[in-house]
Amino acid sequence: MAANAAAPRMPRWARLRRDKVLLLMMLPGVLYFGIFQYLAQLGNVIAFKDYVPFVGVKDSAWVGFQQFTTLFDDPDFWHAVGNTFELALVQLLFYFPVPLALAMFLFSLTRNWVRKLVVSFVYLPHFISWVVVVGLFVQVLGPSGMVNSLLTSDSHHVVVDVFRDPSWFKPMMLLELVWKDCGWGTIIFLAALYQVDDALYEAAALDGAGWARRTWHVTLPSIRPVIVLLLILRVGDILSVGFDQVMQQRDTFTPAAAEVIDTYVYYHGVQSGQFSIAAVAGLLKGIVAMILVIAANKIAHKLGEQGVYQ
Amino acid sequence: MSVEGTNLRPVWMGRPKPAVSAVKAVAVVVILALVAVPFWLVFATSVSSDAEVNANGGWSLWPDKLDFSAYTNVFKGGTIGHALWVSVLVTAIGTALSLASTTFLAYALSRPNVLAGKPILLAILFTFLFPAGMIPSFLVVTDLKLFDHLAALFVPAMINVFNLVIMRGFFQGIPEELYEAARLDGAGDIRTLFRIVLPLSKAIIAVVGLYYAVGYWNDYFRAMLYTNGGSLNPLSTVLRGFVIAGNNPNAEAGLDVTGIAPMKAISALVVIAIVPIAAAFPFLQRYFTKGVMTGAVKS
Repeated sequence: MAANAAAPRMPRWARLRRDKVLLLMMLPGVLYFGIFQYLAQLGNVIAFKDYVPFVGVKDSAWVGFQQFTTLFDDPDFWHAVGNTFELALVQLLFYFPVPLALAMFLFSLTRNWVRKLVVSFVYLPHFISWVVVVGLFVQVLGPSGMVNSLLTSDSHHVVVDVFRDPSWFKPMMLLELVWKDCGWGTIIFLAALYQVDDALYEAAALDGAGWARRTWHVTLPSIRPVIVLLLILRVGDILSVGFDQVMQQRDTFTPAAAEVIDTYVYYHGVQSGQFSIAAVAGLLKGIVAMILVIAANKIAHKLGEQGVYQ
Repeated sequence: MSVEGTNLRPVWMGRPKPAVSAVKAVAVVVILALVAVPFWLVFATSVSSDAEVNANGGWSLWPDKLDFSAYTNVFKGGTIGHALWVSVLVTAIGTALSLASTTFLAYALSRPNVLAGKPILLAILFTFLFPAGMIPSFLVVTDLKLFDHLAALFVPAMINVFNLVIMRGFFQGIPEELYEAARLDGAGDIRTLFRIVLPLSKAIIAVVGLYYAVGYWNDYFRAMLYTNGGSLNPLSTVLRGFVIAGNNPNAEAGLDVTGIAPMKAISALVVIAIVPIAAAFPFLQRYFTKGVMTGAVKS
């Protein structure tokens, strides 16, 4: 950096000449973000219009906040919002700690080859698509799957179809998420655990601290910044709760049980052609998600943590 | 990372109780089985005989005799073969395009004091906080006349901000002296990128490339959102129709379905969808821990 300290003094045209190759390199990427993010955001104006695809975005009539009231009067929307928050809460309480626990278990394995073997196994499901993961789950736990016929000893009798019974929606979502992503989720926790100074453990052990007290007084405080960081990222995701995952199961579990905000936007907007109403839902979701992240980050700073950004 | 390479238990830890070791050993076996059994189950089902699969009600954990008919059956009728071709095409073109544009952008943004570098980076990071939603993205794809074109399956996902950030972080980790030396030798930006930076960045290129490839291979949704389906459906989207909507692949292949187990055909498709990822996995394994973590920590 020091070598370039004088660079900003260069006149702009001289910098332009110096950087012309770099700017050309940026061009495809800048065009991409310009078009597919910033230009696309302009499409949100249809939230204030009565958008008709044949007429186009520009010529559709302005209706002010009418689409907002229509959306707020739709019980299906509130249902999707409630479902989204419930699902997010289930994930936060029951999914978030699992990768941490698994990472601590992996870290406690003292035989290197065993640890490497387990790590390479548990990373794999993260790279499998949700379509396939749900396929695997149906094959194992579905009505004609392995577990069902082992439980009933009669393959044509079904105890409970855990992929159709609405009350099984949240447990199955959780189970699938744990299977697919908890291994991958350990990666950051493991890296943090490796950074903990071994001398701290040694000192604690010499003072007579057992496994539980070492975990509570050394491990967890040492990796707290990472836990906070991942919690903030999770907060930003609350309103999205794994769209890809829900998309595979919304229809079988019925929309009544499984609709979330993103699937509402897809099915009401793209499928049913109510683009304007769906745009309102998507816009509100984006704004609230952004506020949530900023707020979570602020709180982290207040608590003396680093957070995601400064 | 001091303890990573060692096999030894630290002295202060003492020997664990046999009961603790036994519990851990059981836990290890259970974890391995939980991951492996579903994969094995679909593979075994896909190569078992129809009679065996039907007798069990739709699955088989141990093939009585190897029967690969499911793999030949699913390609009859052409739909699935074509979908596989679309997947390969989208993955190849998309990955090449994404990798090239991400590398160029990450490199330019990693150079200190590049003109407009700061505001451009901030503008890109902001899209992470407030990304374009589904409806606005759909509208822009339609306005660009990309709807129902093959390009709609990869162009709208060309650069991923996370991939960009880890790559930029990696480039920034390359010692400034190397750039300086290249400049003194008269190398321009392009030469520096290709002769100095890229050879040092094989790990991160491999990781980001594989991320993109896996992303394109697994994507089912862009075909649903940006196309009318049909001949533009990749394998994931077609597979989704079988797994989720319960369509019978054998029926769609125009076969007489009596006696043929639909789960066997679906299992074969699941295996086909997994194989490329499983094949790429060892490479991912080798690179991603070091490549990704150094990139993420630096940025």
